[in-house]
Amino acid sequence: MNITLELNGAKVTHDVEPRETLADFLRERCGLTATHLGCEHGACGACTVVVEGQATRSCLALAVMCDGRSIFTLEGLRTDSVMEVLRRQFHACHALQCGFCTPGMLIMARDILRRLRRPDARTVRHELSGQICRCTGYASIVKAIVAAGQELQ
Amino acid sequence: MKSAPFEYVRPRTVAEASAALAQDGIAASAIAGGQSLIPMLNLRVALTDLLVDISRLEELKAVRETSGGLELGALTTHAAIEDGKVPDLFGGLMRRVAGQISYRAVRNYGTIGGSVAFADPAADWPPCLIALGTRVRVRGPKGARSEPVAEFVRGAYSTSLAPGEIIVGFDIPRPPAPLRWGFAKVARKSGAFAESIAVATARAAESSVVLAGASLHARLLPSASKHVAASNGSEEALRAAIASDLDAIASTADAYQRRLHTATVLKAVREMRAQR
Repeated sequence: MNITLELNGAKVTHDVEPRETLADFLRERCGLTATHLGCEHGACGACTVVVEGQATRSCLALAVMCDGRSIFTLEGLRTDSVMEVLRRQFHACHALQCGFCTPGMLIMARDILRRLRRPDARTVRHELSGQICRCTGYASIVKAIVAAGQELQ
Repeated sequence: MKSAPFEYVRPRTVAEASAALAQDGIAASAIAGGQSLIPMLNLRVALTDLLVDISRLEELKAVRETSGGLELGALTTHAAIEDGKVPDLFGGLMRRVAGQISYRAVRNYGTIGGSVAFADPAADWPPCLIALGTRVRVRGPKGARSEPVAEFVRGAYSTSLAPGEIIVGFDIPRPPAPLRWGFAKVARKSGAFAESIAVATARAAESSVVLAGASLHARLLPSASKHVAASNGSEEALRAAIASDLDAIASTADAYQRRLHTATVLKAVREMRAQR
């Protein structure tokens, strides 16, 4: 099936199989590998992207169902003002080790900061409970997001 | 990991979708948010020949507040309810339930109609909707019908939906007085399906205590509901009422599960009573 969508601000058209997930579409067809695939069944959050402004598990979305939608992956958020602050705070707070979960963490952190003003650590922990990190123990990630929220207010 | 191949159609009306789903000789599945169906297809625990995408059907998105209550379209997402984007006639109960379903990225897609149609024994919406006295509206090849959610959900992953039938929406009656409610949920980790969910509601002399996770589908607890409606009663008497309900609906529950369900019901009832 032919689908056309807006990917990181540019129009793209591809022929896809109905069973193709958005995650596979982004990585395999479009070569955008910032989106990582962990569990592939919605439990780990590594593949989270933005569809129509909403945080979306790209392993739980079919590419065909995204026909006509606007999609942003981490690659397309380089100059995003919230992402700029998050990137700096993740660096300053040592919020990553191996980096596998980081793209999903950053997308979700941005979503949290766009919805909630200056979230406290408890709120961030609840909001982040769908993102799994196996290195940091989360403390430094939560710290970075809280700090970014305070900086942005 | 990907699903076995299937065909995909995106009908423009409920009637077209219904016709696509009712075709003889093929396994067809409706997809709305897909947050349960897509992983099941990918893990190949579900198989389908045809996926009928109902996620863009405007007829399933209608939300209307009427004198009788709230008409809630089947495609209303958990996130829309969580964020208060639909009228809240129920003192925050639905917002509280919505905000604790899975994770935000899933709540952005998961729909209330999909949750009820899928009928997971531990799903969050059936106990809430039953405690609110909700009816589900369905349309299919034989026309439209409406049924209480309590009767619509028949068992684990089982409903009264016939081939080609689609949930259009829900009619949730307006509580006659400010609704008092309590909600308690125990899950091993936040966002996981619950092991026990209890919802208690009271309006005037009428009370409902509904429990999910204890049996194949969410059930009204008749003894506990009667106890709560009758009086402020002692906790011992309420515990005895819950015990007799559990004997009836969860006879195979072990000692831990009985303590767990008793605790969630007590917590929900206490929270409701504190709003007196």
